Amino acid sequence: MHPLARYRGFETLASNSPITVLITTFLASAVEAIEMVIIVVGVGATRGWRSTWIGTASGFGVLAVIVVALGAALSRIPIGPLRLVVGALLLVFGLQWFRKGVMRVAARGFAGSTRVIEDEDEAWTGPGIDWTAFALAFKGVTLEGLEIAFVVVAFGAGANQLGVASIGGVAALVLVGAAGLLLRGVVQRVPRSFLQLIVGVLLTTFGTFWSLEGMGVDWPGSDGAILGLLALYVATAAVYITLERQRAFGLRPAA
Amino acid sequence: MKLLWSWIYSFGHFWYHYIFGDDWTMAVAVGAGLIVSALLNRSHVVAWWLIPVIVVVMLGVSLRRAGRARR
Repeated sequence: MHPLARYRGFETLASNSPITVLITTFLASAVEAIEMVIIVVGVGATRGWRSTWIGTASGFGVLAVIVVALGAALSRIPIGPLRLVVGALLLVFGLQWFRKGVMRVAARGFAGSTRVIEDEDEAWTGPGIDWTAFALAFKGVTLEGLEIAFVVVAFGAGANQLGVASIGGVAALVLVGAAGLLLRGVVQRVPRSFLQLIVGVLLTTFGTFWSLEGMGVDWPGSDGAILGLLALYVATAAVYITLERQRAFGLRPAA
Repeated sequence: MKLLWSWIYSFGHFWYHYIFGDDWTMAVAVGAGLIVSALLNRSHVVAWWLIPVIVVVMLGVSLRRAGRARR
């Protein structure tokens, strides 16, 4: 599948007019930036911010080197294999948090925030780098940042408006990033066990979508399939939490 | 040399823990699912449904197994 196949809808909007290129690039980049910010904020709030920021900064560093080194040749990078590898890793890791989140919310309800941190899957308190948070943030930033760069190059070069397209891509990243920073405080007030469930569901959702998209599978509804997957996994979490609580407390549904 | 082995062990341990975690069967099922999805896709058979099904089923199986182990 062509790297930009998911932007078919946006591509039809693009023309040679600078304002159209700006808006089109901004909207397409915002889609990717939202995915990036969800991962960074979710991981940071769950595992701790220090290593997450280091992973994020490293991701942007690698991205900057790639963009500067390749320039307009960027669109020749095979994005499919990258999506497959990053997606598969996010999927297997997200599924573990999904499972633990279900077990903890079923056992504690929403009391997780008042408990003492119990194991290494929760906030990192050690002196060194939390490589899990680093890797998750790094992969999210590199993959999504690369996709934003693809959007900028494809729409910008196609319309001979690379400068305008770059402004659109950077503006989307800055605005969505700022919104993520504002939401950070709200996210940190969410009970930890519930937050782990939310992040687990989100990582599983993106992991499922990217890994299959990376191998060339066509999703019905393109990016809209992410919302369908999210709905399926949220419903699955609700059902399993109910079943776990019935199992743990010996409850049976009313006859 | 000891430092190198320690680094290799830590690196391997990190990736094992990252990929397999507490229940290795989930990661193996997802890996097998991705391979089957790739084969289906190559044969032009609709393949997007398989991984979501594996996620839902394996999550239930793993939770049930963990519940039994706790009792």
